[in-house]
Amino acid sequence: MTNREIILGRIREALKIAAPYPTFHDSATTTSPLPASPQSWLPPVGETLEEQIQLFRRNAEDLKAGFRECTNANEAGQYIKELALAGGWKKIGRHSGELTDPVARELGLPEVRTDGGYAVNDLESCDAGLTECEALVAQTGSVLVSAPSAGGRALSVLPPHHVVLARRSQMVPDLTVALQRVQEKFKDNFPSFLSFISGPSRTGDIERILVLGAHGPKKLTILLLP
Amino acid sequence: MNVHAKTFNEAARHQTADLRQRDWIQKALAGYYAKRDEFKNRFQSWSGARDTAAAVKWEAVNHLDRYLDEFASRLEARGTRVFWAPDAQAVRDYVVGVARQHQVRSIIKSKSMTAEEIHLNDTLEQAGFEVVESDLGEYIVQLRHEPPYHLVFPAMHLTRQQISDLFQDRLGSESTDNPEHLTMIARRVMRRKYCEADMGISGANFAIAETGMISITENEGNARLTTSLPKVHVAIVGIEKVLPKLSDLALFLPMLATAGAGQPITCYNTLYGGPRQPGEPDGPEEFHVVLLDNRRTELLADAEQRDALHCIRCGACLNVCPIFKNIGGHSYGTTYQGPIGSVITPHLRGLQDWKHLSQASSLCGACTETCPVKINLHHHLLHNRRNAIQARPARFEKLVQTGFVFMMRRPRLYEWAAGIGRILQPLQRLVQGTVLDPLRAWTKTRSFPPLAEKSFRELWRKRKKL
Amino acid sequence: MKISLFIPCFVDQFYPQTGMNIVQVLERLGHTVDYPEAQTCCGQPAFNSGFWDEARAVAERQIAIFQDAEIVVIASGSCGAMVKVFYPELFHGHPRETEARALAAKTFEFSDFLVNRLGVLDVGARFPGRATFHDGCHGLRELGLKNPPRQLLQHVRGLELVEMKEAETCCGFGGTFAVKFPMISTAMGEVKCASIAETGAEFVISNDSSCLMQIRGVLERQGKSVKTLHLAEVLAQT
Repeated sequence: MTNREIILGRIREALKIAAPYPTFHDSATTTSPLPASPQSWLPPVGETLEEQIQLFRRNAEDLKAGFRECTNANEAGQYIKELALAGGWKKIGRHSGELTDPVARELGLPEVRTDGGYAVNDLESCDAGLTECEALVAQTGSVLVSAPSAGGRALSVLPPHHVVLARRSQMVPDLTVALQRVQEKFKDNFPSFLSFISGPSRTGDIERILVLGAHGPKKLTILLLP
Repeated sequence: MNVHAKTFNEAARHQTADLRQRDWIQKALAGYYAKRDEFKNRFQSWSGARDTAAAVKWEAVNHLDRYLDEFASRLEARGTRVFWAPDAQAVRDYVVGVARQHQVRSIIKSKSMTAEEIHLNDTLEQAGFEVVESDLGEYIVQLRHEPPYHLVFPAMHLTRQQISDLFQDRLGSESTDNPEHLTMIARRVMRRKYCEADMGISGANFAIAETGMISITENEGNARLTTSLPKVHVAIVGIEKVLPKLSDLALFLPMLATAGAGQPITCYNTLYGGPRQPGEPDGPEEFHVVLLDNRRTELLADAEQRDALHCIRCGACLNVCPIFKNIGGHSYGTTYQGPIGSVITPHLRGLQDWKHLSQASSLCGACTETCPVKINLHHHLLHNRRNAIQARPARFEKLVQTGFVFMMRRPRLYEWAAGIGRILQPLQRLVQGTVLDPLRAWTKTRSFPPLAEKSFRELWRKRKKL
Repeated sequence: MKISLFIPCFVDQFYPQTGMNIVQVLERLGHTVDYPEAQTCCGQPAFNSGFWDEARAVAERQIAIFQDAEIVVIASGSCGAMVKVFYPELFHGHPRETEARALAAKTFEFSDFLVNRLGVLDVGARFPGRATFHDGCHGLRELGLKNPPRQLLQHVRGLELVEMKEAETCCGFGGTFAVKFPMISTAMGEVKCASIAETGAEFVISNDSSCLMQIRGVLERQGKSVKTLHLAEVLAQT
């Protein structure tokens, strides 16, 4: 018998006896259909895109992520230039994309492009990572990235400042919709990596005090383009 | 009393006498309570969320064979190696085998209680591999050669001064009392390790059957780095981690963060569905998922306590447990601490050896009240007690209980015994606190009340006569 | 209403006054009180230690004694929980299951009875002083009785009720736990007493005498002047 058969066999044997459906104390146990979608319980999200953007803004602020609405790609580029100046950036990492290409051109800094592969030490010495994303989640202030939309796995986590370029149409109300969109888009051919990023990295491991900037980026900036 | 129970008693005695440490743990948790309540209250209904979460886990665990099979098949279809591990030794052998096959020298690890459970680090180190814990708290306790203190916050028992001294001693860093500086010291060390490691080992918070992905929740980014750069990624996953659908995460991720850490959502929630796919610029060449049983199927077979497998390892029960807060995480002497640990350890490691954990509880129920998936934790402590007695009743206690029954079924005998108690009480007062005192377990630290001059039934009888 | 009293064994022997206070309050409200003298103990000490056969042997006697009672009022949250919550579990699949469930359904902890069954909040009590309330775990979590004791105390003339931070934290009694793990039990008692002290209250009130035994035990060793009172004792004062 293979290990798989052994374990599945143990499970099937164990499950021969039914366990009571969840209740508290021993009130009458019945099997019933699973309760409603989590959207009934989770914090409410606004109806309109505008409300959702404002909610995202508030959440991003609480998470200590930078958030800025830009009227066009030029404005985004200018703003990132200011960040680069303030941060003393010498080299950035990025992937090619509709939104990243013009911004990178504008910045004019030496860059490491992750498309097609890269040397780890090159990426490690970048001051910032510039990516796009799959979606922005209003309910939690999160950025959903994937390997194809954010230049792989490491680009959005290794350099100390992560800058995300997103479109308004990428704003989704909550995690439920974000996951639905992902399933609709990729069907059975998912990228090997998807991540919800909610703020710059942090830790509470020292005296349970919150410290911003642990192993991942110390700074996260999200720019919303039309 | 077996050796584990003895060790537990000694550790508990030692810890409860350490007032400074007890105070420290209380302080460390104070901020958590406020934040947890703040974010719970943002839910439209936290209790509705708990009901749904409990129902989803019930579905997953009670159809575990189906969902586990689906999970494994989908992973394999996209190039992941799935290893089914019936026990701890199987995992250890497998991981060492993979490491040897790839001529690995250094291994970087992100937090995994499952890996703790099977003592994977020790095995790998003995086999000659360097293993570094990348999670800050885990790294700290690794340097101190001690086990994690808490499921979610491994180093919460330490002050910043102790951590600074540790880093100064082991890493040669400057002394500092700034938590941010301490974090940066660890960050600098780890950055090299991520870039150089040949293999990354992680755990998983959830295993999504529908899409064949594991989900890892973290704040630091160390798990993402552990699983992005090394050319081999091995994930150790307990079989009970299964969730049926991807959409289930929309509920579980916020609940895990709120209950576990008092956060609305944890910083990184990452889904891994395979090794590097064609067209992806990075990611491991090989992705292995190890499905661990290690006696979980025994707990599964106990239908009464099966819901203990619904646990999402949030640590909320530890955070509210007055026993945990007063004896600390190390006193438990085993991987899983607090109420959930006290419930499952007898199943995973032996009832008679570990029943004392189920006995060391006042059954206050705060754990059950707080559990996001509504596990009937404190009642299971009662069930473990009953099971332990049924399997092997302690002779002395059996005698006492038989005597108790005999007396309580005979009201006149009960009254007579109480009368004897009244006569003997002054004698007890004489020897109070000494080894002759039968009530010593109580009177050592607390005053014991006198038996009332007249019992209620005597007062009632008197009253009836009037 | 004819009310049958279920007086836990330790209330009978250590705190009979609490039982009498309950009688006083119920009679003041115009009810007849009965006390079946054959009763002894609910069986919880055996149950909690895992000796369920022994617990059943004691419990089935209690069930038979209260068979014909209309309503049963019990003087403690922990014994109340034993009857209401655990008797059905203890007798699950047992010939006496129906009777066990019937007793569970008609048994009420004292404050639960007054507020939820009688709909009474003001029992005409007067007790001047500053007090804080300790939630016994069984009453709080097994029986869901956060509000009834507080609602009753709010109507006591002259009483100033202040909440302590750790009101819902276990005092550490836990039955045999108190003597099997005395150092942990005492540590928990100390945390509770520190929280009481923080309120500046002269009295700590609870609806569970076993908790009061623990709290008083710690307070007296600490030489603190805070007095412990059962809810019934406060409500009995006019």
